Amino acid sequence: MIIKPKKGWQLVDFKELSEYRDLFYFLVARDIKIRYKQTVLGGLWAIIQPFFSMIVFTLFFGRLAKMPSDGIPYPVFNFSAMVAWTYFANAVTNSGNSLITNTNLISKVYFPRLIAPLTPVLAGLLDFSIAFIVLIVMMFYFHIYPNIMILYLPLLVILMMLTASGVGMLLAALNAKYRDIRYTIPFLVQLWLFASPVVYPASMLPEKYRLVYALNPMVGVIEGFRSALLGTIAFPKQILLISTLMSVILFISGMFYFKQTERYFADII
Amino acid sequence: MGQPIIKINNLSKCYRIGAKETGYKTFRESIIDGISAPFRNLKQLQRLTKFNNNGDDERSNDIIWALKDISFNVDEGEVVGIIGKNAAGKSTLLKILSRITEPTGGIIEINGRVSSLLEVGTGFHPELTGRENIFLNGAILGMRKKEIEQKFDEIVNFAEIEKFLDTPVKRYSSGMYVRLAFAVAAHLEPEILLIDEVLAVGDISFQKKCLGKMEDVAKGGRTVFFVSHNMGAIRQLVSKCILLDEGKIIFNGEKNECISKYLHHNFSENKNYRMFPDHVPGEEFPVVIKGIILMDENSNSKSTFNLGESLTIEILLEAKAKGTRFQAMVQIQNEFGVFIYHCVSVDAGKPFFSSGLYSKLKVTFPKLKLYPGKYSVNIGVYRPGLSTIRMDKIESAISFTVDQSAGLDEIRPLGKGDAVVHEVPKWEIEYAQ
Repeated sequence: MIIKPKKGWQLVDFKELSEYRDLFYFLVARDIKIRYKQTVLGGLWAIIQPFFSMIVFTLFFGRLAKMPSDGIPYPVFNFSAMVAWTYFANAVTNSGNSLITNTNLISKVYFPRLIAPLTPVLAGLLDFSIAFIVLIVMMFYFHIYPNIMILYLPLLVILMMLTASGVGMLLAALNAKYRDIRYTIPFLVQLWLFASPVVYPASMLPEKYRLVYALNPMVGVIEGFRSALLGTIAFPKQILLISTLMSVILFISGMFYFKQTERYFADII
Repeated sequence: MGQPIIKINNLSKCYRIGAKETGYKTFRESIIDGISAPFRNLKQLQRLTKFNNNGDDERSNDIIWALKDISFNVDEGEVVGIIGKNAAGKSTLLKILSRITEPTGGIIEINGRVSSLLEVGTGFHPELTGRENIFLNGAILGMRKKEIEQKFDEIVNFAEIEKFLDTPVKRYSSGMYVRLAFAVAAHLEPEILLIDEVLAVGDISFQKKCLGKMEDVAKGGRTVFFVSHNMGAIRQLVSKCILLDEGKIIFNGEKNECISKYLHHNFSENKNYRMFPDHVPGEEFPVVIKGIILMDENSNSKSTFNLGESLTIEILLEAKAKGTRFQAMVQIQNEFGVFIYHCVSVDAGKPFFSSGLYSKLKVTFPKLKLYPGKYSVNIGVYRPGLSTIRMDKIESAISFTVDQSAGLDEIRPLGKGDAVVHEVPKWEIEYAQ
C-alpha cells in the first residue's frame, strides 16, 4: 500500500468498501439500536412521526383547504406520501450530519468515509418498513387494494434511497467544512416537502410543467407509490424516467464531491 | 524478517490553523464587523483546505508544519518507540500512517495490514451493551465479524466483565469501561499496529496487565509503533526508538540512547529539581505544575537531607488565569511503596490558595523525622472543596535521600528500613518507694 498526497480525481474503491462491510453492518445496527433507546414509546415513534403529520395535514389541507386527492380519502392519500417522505427527510438530515456526529470516529480511525453518510440511509429502512405496514393497514381500512404495479415498489424504494444518499453525501461533505449546512438542512427539507406532492397531488400542476416538476426525484417516488398502491393515476412512466435520471445524477455527483473532499475531513472537522 | 515493511520518504504534513480572532473595540466596529463577517469567514474556511506551493505559505504565520521531511524505514517485526515533547509530531505521524489524514508531501510504502489504536474505546456507544460494543468497536478497529466472534470469550475474560455483558456501558464504572475498551483493542491482530499513549488507563494492576499484553504483542513478531511519554513502558517494550522534535527526527536508533537524549532534552540531570514543560494549563486543568525544587532552610537546593533538617518542597505553578482557586497535596512515599505522609493544604487551615499566572507554593517540613532511606514525592493540585477534582498530579515528581551523617553523636545510628518515622518522645521515670 502506498500513502501519498492524492492528486486529481478520486474514484470509489469498491473493493475496499466491501472489505469494510462488517463495519458498515455494525454501524447500521448501532443506528437502529440507539434510535429509540430510553424512550417510552420506542419503535412506535416510527409510526407516530408520519401518522401525526398526516393527521395535521388532513385537518388543514384535506378538511380546511379542501385539497383534491385524486379521488382517494385524504388520510390515505397523504399517508402514502408521508411514509416515503419521512424516510427521505430523516435520511437526508442524518446523512448530512453524519460526519459531524461521527467526528470521534473520523479523527481517530480510518475507514472508507463513504460509510458514514450511507449508514443512516440504510438504517432508516427499518422505520420505513414499520410505517409501511401501517399504510397497508390503513389501505385495508379504506378498502383500497394495490395493483400489479406494486412490483415496481422495490425500484421506487431504491430510487428513494439513491436520492437520499446523493443529497446526503453532498451535504455531509459540505457540512464538514461549512457548518452553516447544519442549520440549512431543516429549511431545505421543509422546502423540499412542499416541492413534492405530499400534501397535494401532482395532477394539480398544469400538464406542461409536470416534466420539469419531475426533476425532483421525490415526485417520481411519491407519484409512483400512489399509483402502485392506491391506483390514483396510471403508472407515471415518463415522470419516473426523468426522476430516475435525476436521482442517478444526484447520487453520482454527491459521491463524486464527497470523494474529492474526503481527504481533508479529519483535519478540519 | 529484515525486509523493510514500512518505508517513509520525505514525509511532511502541514496544518493551517485559523487566524487569530481580534477583539472588538467599539459598538460601531462590532456591527460593521458582524456584517462583513460572512465574507471573511467564507474566505477563511476556503483557505483551510488550500495549500499553494508558491512560497506564500512558507511565510504565512497560520501554517504549522507538524512533520517536515521525515524519512526512515522500519523492518518487519520491529517495535519502534516514538518519543518527544507534546506537539513534536508523534500523533500526526501515526495519523498519516493509519490513513486518517493525508500527508502534504512525501511518500510511504507499507506492506501489510495496519490497525491503529489512537484512543481507547473509539466509537464506544454509551447506550449499547458491552456485548454490542465489543462487536462495534472491533469492527471499527478493523476486525472482521468472524474474527471478533472467535476472540469474543478471550476479550470478555481479559476485561473481567462477564457479569455485565448485557448492561449498557453507560452504567459501567470508568474502570470497567476502560478495561473493556482495551481488551477489544488488545486482541487486534494486524501485521502493523500503531499505538498512541493508551496505556495510561485503568488502575495500576490493570496497567500492568495491559503492559504484559503489549509485550506479548511486541514479541509476537508484529511490527508495532508505540508513542508514549512513559519511558518505563518504552524501555520495556521497544527495540528501537525515534525522537521527534518540532516535526523533525532528532535521533533514530538504540532505545536507551534515545531515551537519555529525550530526558536530557526535557529535564535537567540535576535531581534537585525537575521541570514539567509538557504541563500546560487549559480549560479542564486551569492550574498545572511546572516544576518542583527541594531546598533546605537556607534555600540551598539539594537532594540529600539529614535527619532533623528542614525540608522545603517548592512547587512552581502556572495558571490559565489569575486568581484561580486551588488546593494542593503532597505525598511522601518510601522505597517500599508505603505512604508516610499525605498532606493536604486544607489540614493546615488553608481551604484554598488563589493563584497568580505563575506562583510558587512552598511546603516546609521543619524537622525531618524520616528514617534514613530514599523517599519519593507525589504532588498534586485540586479544585477547592471536598470533592477533590484534580487539576494536575505528578507521581514520583522527585525523590530525595535522608541521611544520618550529621548528628550521630546525639543519637544512636539508625538502620535503613528499621522503622519509618524517627520520633523522640518524652521519657520519664517515676519511682515508687
